[in-house]
Amino acid sequence: MSQPRTIIQKVWDNHVVAQKEGAPALLYIDLHLVHEVTSPQAFEGLRQRGLKVRQPSRTVATTDHSIPTTPRSLPILDSIAATQVAKLESNCAEFGVPCFGFHSKDQGIVHVMGPELGLTQPGMTVVCGDSHTATHGAFGALAFGIGTSQVEHVLATQCLLQQPSQSFEVRVDGTLKPGVTAKDIILALIAKIGIGGGTGCVFEFRGTAISSLSMEERMTICNMAIEGGARAGLIAPDDVTFEYVKGRRFAPQGADWDAAVERWRALATDEGAVYDKSIFIDADALEPMITYGTNPGMGVGISQVVPTPETGKDHIERDSIRKALEYMDIEGGKSLLGHPVDVVFIGSCTNSRISDLRQAAAVFKGRKVNPKVRTMVVPGSQDVKRQAESEGLDEIFRAAGAEWREAGCSMCIAMNGDQLTPGQYCVSTSNRNFEGRQGKGGRTFLASPLTAAASAIQGSVADIRSIL
Amino acid sequence: MKPFTTLTSRIVPLPIDNIDTDQIIPARFLKTISKEGLDANLFCDWRYNEDGTPNPDFILNQPVAKGAEILLAGDNFGCGSSREHAPWALTQYGFRAILSSSFADIFKGNSLKNSLLPVVIPESVKQELFELREKDIDVQVSIDLEAQVLVLPDGRRIEFPVDPFSKYCLLNGVDELGYLLNHEAEISAYEQRQPWALNTLAGYTS
Repeated sequence: MSQPRTIIQKVWDNHVVAQKEGAPALLYIDLHLVHEVTSPQAFEGLRQRGLKVRQPSRTVATTDHSIPTTPRSLPILDSIAATQVAKLESNCAEFGVPCFGFHSKDQGIVHVMGPELGLTQPGMTVVCGDSHTATHGAFGALAFGIGTSQVEHVLATQCLLQQPSQSFEVRVDGTLKPGVTAKDIILALIAKIGIGGGTGCVFEFRGTAISSLSMEERMTICNMAIEGGARAGLIAPDDVTFEYVKGRRFAPQGADWDAAVERWRALATDEGAVYDKSIFIDADALEPMITYGTNPGMGVGISQVVPTPETGKDHIERDSIRKALEYMDIEGGKSLLGHPVDVVFIGSCTNSRISDLRQAAAVFKGRKVNPKVRTMVVPGSQDVKRQAESEGLDEIFRAAGAEWREAGCSMCIAMNGDQLTPGQYCVSTSNRNFEGRQGKGGRTFLASPLTAAASAIQGSVADIRSIL
Repeated sequence: MKPFTTLTSRIVPLPIDNIDTDQIIPARFLKTISKEGLDANLFCDWRYNEDGTPNPDFILNQPVAKGAEILLAGDNFGCGSSREHAPWALTQYGFRAILSSSFADIFKGNSLKNSLLPVVIPESVKQELFELREKDIDVQVSIDLEAQVLVLPDGRRIEFPVDPFSKYCLLNGVDELGYLLNHEAEISAYEQRQPWALNTLAGYTS
């Protein structure tokens, strides 16, 4: 009998094109997602070498990072961003790559668009010049972010040179309490292992609390694998996965579908397979999480106090907490509950899908956003936007006093003019709270859509459980 | 790619853990379509004051940093975004090697593709180097990639890991794309074996 394997190993094995002594494996890439920020230099590289895109049929581009989230009828006012967006469109036209661009009805944040079009499928290798490519791992795909040199490699050869990663089992058992969400699971994991905890690893999320999640919740978890230091995180595909993928535009149809499901069912980790590392999280014990500092590992349960520098394990950690509290201008030893907030951002590839917007809308319904708070709701894609509008969610957001915007990365990365001003505090459903991430001098508290919406209403960091 | 063989240089210390790529090069400078000119904004938000003047407290604004080619940084350097603009900015500024106790995976891979050598050293050596640098701002170290050693000022030789393939590429200044392109036959054979193929062009009209 062959050695029991993890799903990580199986997907890897299925994609090794060549493996030579002393060299990394050539790994075949099934789906390459491209966006405007990390691709222009790669296309230019192809041009300089006289190369073509080897498989345009495995490549899809969209614009998301640098585009405005104002109405699409308005032009892109930032001329540098406009040039970048135009460059993507001309590169795609020149190299024959399909592009769901600025005015496409399929445009969206690349990690929202891929799954909703059925491009992302179980067992695939998926790459994109974006670290949140891990999102697609929710389908049991090995999905990871790459740099622009590698974007060029994949465009030219549909392959990457890769060293295998270690496997890291993240078992989450139990039942989430009301007000506690997928976002809180992943923030709790990162708080526990730190932002370098998964370096060199691929996470496999499993356990009863994971298998009971919807696909969108699973995407939220895998999305932030990179914030735990892992390049990828995945979840074995099951009936929930197949149900989600079935019938989507680029999914296999008919007999191809049946054959695909049969292959996908064989991907789950074998009984007795050994992981390089393992960790357990008790879902019953979780509460809503929030970050207080300047990296995603600096998170606490919302009722807990922010650590003081003295609690650091060594002088570097003590310095790092001190520096973070200084930047955030908050005090250690106190809870964040009630801390004033200037902006609430609901969006990003972590939390901008229809279920996220429904959760936020349920909190906003019949309530008003605190007038001191600017609240932005940014759907992850045109498709999410249409769906939300068909359900009347946009009306709920507007009636509550929130802004309902066009799809894009927006204030998660603050490249497009949607940004904090120095000193502002933001409860954000995005994935990074690094210094200046949401605008120079801006201060980010990462949390779930429920916590963000509750904080918008209260005007300060709020515990969603108090208004449920 | 420029070859990397040996390097002797003063060191620029940044004793901070988890320096992310948003600090190395903030996202607002990623709207460019070229690789050039990023060095001007390397560590921008630490390097410049609100009014755009250089912050004299930041190490890169001190005369001793001029011409130094080795950065000594805290743990988990380069975490966060996959932007290759980070190693582009660092190399354009003049850095050729970074010493740290660990690097984030994507950053490490991106650096190796740009002749920027990430040198993983033990925590104790890192601390010692920070202390040495504090006592003597002109302290120099040497890196010998062929031998995979970092030579400390007192002559001690600290071995560091590099995968053999990356080492070959760095020493000879060759990039990976050529190697990949030489596998055309294997890639085509693999594609023939696939049971089902995605077709993103189905029904697509630009």
